[in-house]
Amino acid sequence: MTTKTTPLWEVFIRSRNGLAHKHAGSLHAADAEQALQAARDVYTRRGEGQSIWVVRSADIVASDPKDKDEMFEPTASKIYRHPTFYRIPDEVGNM
Amino acid sequence: MAIPKDKALFDYAVRLADDQLVLGHRLSEWCGRAPTLEEELALANMGLDLIGQARSLYAHAGEVEGEGRDEDALAYLRSEREFTNMLLVEQPNDDFAHTMVRQLFHAAFMAPYWEAMTGSADATLSGIAGKAVKEARYHLRHSAEWIVRLGDGTQESHARTRAALDHLWVFTGELFEMDETALSLLGRGVAVDARALKPAWDSAVDETLARAGLDRPAEIAMLSGGRTGRHSEHLGHLLAEMQYMQRAYPGMTW
Amino acid sequence: MYSQGLINADGSTHEDEAFLKAFQERIDREEKIEPNDPMPEGYRRTLIRQISQHAHSEIIGMQPEGNWITRAPSLKRKAALLAKVQDEGGHGLYLYSAAETLGVTREELVEQLLQGKAKYSSIFTYPTLSWADIGAIGWLVDGAAIMNQVPLCRCSFGPYARAMIRVCKEESFHQRQGYEIMLTLCSGTPEQKAMAQDALDRWWWPSLMMFGPHDSESQHGDQNMAWKIKRFTNDALRQKFVDATVPQAEFLGLKVPDPDLAWNEEKGGYDIGPIDWDEFRSVLKTGGFCGRDRIRNRRRAEEDGAWVREAAAAFAEKQATRQADAEAA
Repeated sequence: MTTKTTPLWEVFIRSRNGLAHKHAGSLHAADAEQALQAARDVYTRRGEGQSIWVVRSADIVASDPKDKDEMFEPTASKIYRHPTFYRIPDEVGNM
Repeated sequence: MAIPKDKALFDYAVRLADDQLVLGHRLSEWCGRAPTLEEELALANMGLDLIGQARSLYAHAGEVEGEGRDEDALAYLRSEREFTNMLLVEQPNDDFAHTMVRQLFHAAFMAPYWEAMTGSADATLSGIAGKAVKEARYHLRHSAEWIVRLGDGTQESHARTRAALDHLWVFTGELFEMDETALSLLGRGVAVDARALKPAWDSAVDETLARAGLDRPAEIAMLSGGRTGRHSEHLGHLLAEMQYMQRAYPGMTW
Repeated sequence: MYSQGLINADGSTHEDEAFLKAFQERIDREEKIEPNDPMPEGYRRTLIRQISQHAHSEIIGMQPEGNWITRAPSLKRKAALLAKVQDEGGHGLYLYSAAETLGVTREELVEQLLQGKAKYSSIFTYPTLSWADIGAIGWLVDGAAIMNQVPLCRCSFGPYARAMIRVCKEESFHQRQGYEIMLTLCSGTPEQKAMAQDALDRWWWPSLMMFGPHDSESQHGDQNMAWKIKRFTNDALRQKFVDATVPQAEFLGLKVPDPDLAWNEEKGGYDIGPIDWDEFRSVLKTGGFCGRDRIRNRRRAEEDGAWVREAAAAFAEKQATRQADAEAA
């Protein structure tokens, strides 16, 4: 019994025109063409796709959860960037 | 049974339906046995595409016949001598190489076939073709890419694919036959000229084999007979299994 | 669902009090734990076992249902069943992927299944003997699965919760399909109705056993509940299932094979008769009626497919070499 492993790929799908690609899940495939086809067969069976990206999981660089504080501290001191700082007259409507 | 109003069209639609149903059934036999989980889904997808096409075609044939036979009456209550699918599609799955070679031969034909059919004078057939052509193109891509990997993979995969090519080649001539029924419908702008599809088929197959490092099998005398109900021994067993419930429990609704 | 009652949360950890407390606080705040987040080793190991056994169940489940694809009695049923079994394969795939985020490979997990080191739901050790079984499985087994799967969409581990959301979306037509098959049979000939009753007779008790042992027998459910890997107790889910399903059986005109089944006005639910736990334990120990075949078929599929996977890997390697050579040139 072979214990070789088939590479893991992450799948991103743009389901409709105008939307960004969204992470759909992962799958195993030996190469990029097979990963693309498998993504289509596994993640768009119900016709949920316009564009598919596949990336080898090993190629994804992720931030370290330990660095969450310095990477993602909300800039509470810079409130002028937040839309609620500006008062828009009701007559203008939603913005 | 009374002769249907348009027997030629009825026969033509039924044989097309029989082709897709038998091949769809064969693919469904892989359920739980595929080489990878991803391929389980791919084979089932192709099977569902083909069964879907068959259902539309049987429905059309039943309407053309006008005797009240629906898709199930046509699929489940006709004998192997009445089935008119081509011999290629009833061949057993054997190993994965055989299954992919069979799919390549079928899809390399059906992709240009459905494309030509989109221009049919029969609105229903051209409508079915509009959807089926996309499915066939995917089946072609999927099977061709597998043949490349199996041909140019390991010694074992190369040998198995070689054997599959040599075994199934004899069934490929029947793809391009045009009998009286087909010719009369061609004259009416309804049918596709299968003979005209050979260059496209050759091109797709040869390109795939070249990438796979596989030689095209030598030309041999082809087998034929499916269109007149003269099948290989495989079809009888397939239908015995497929039709079992309707034969064992006649006249019931499921 | 398919791990209910089979998994005891592995409470053993090496982490200190402060760490465990901080982790539990995150859980209590209904925060999602993601793969790279710090987590107790016990949490990680329990999840790997629960998710992978859920995945194994989906894959094994393809066999009893796949058993009737080639004999489905109409084209509509044939297509629907093929799609359903395909969905099950897909669910297995999503779940293996979720388990893999925790540092284990799909190949390792499959090997555990084939070696008998990992379990799958006992429900799939029963044979599908008639077309009506396909209806019964969709109605009862998928019905029971849904009871557990919806709460799992709110499980604390992100990838598992998200996989379950995807599963639940696809699951909705499975149970309806099964019940519709039963409805068609029960509205048909006496022979068809008898077929449906026979299927209910054989699948009712195994479906109840899917929820696992009584709460009084389950000693380790607490840690699972604390970590929000499990959201409801075995008996709570079993009660919910019975209360939903008995009226459905009545609507079909079928008799639930339990002479002690009775409405309890006080609790507002049904009382059921005693479950045969000897059978349950025996099935877990020996693999039940079809267990040997299920594993043998799985092993055969893996072995038969080995040359295909090897070919794909060999080709990928050749391609990589050719590309490297081309770039170097």
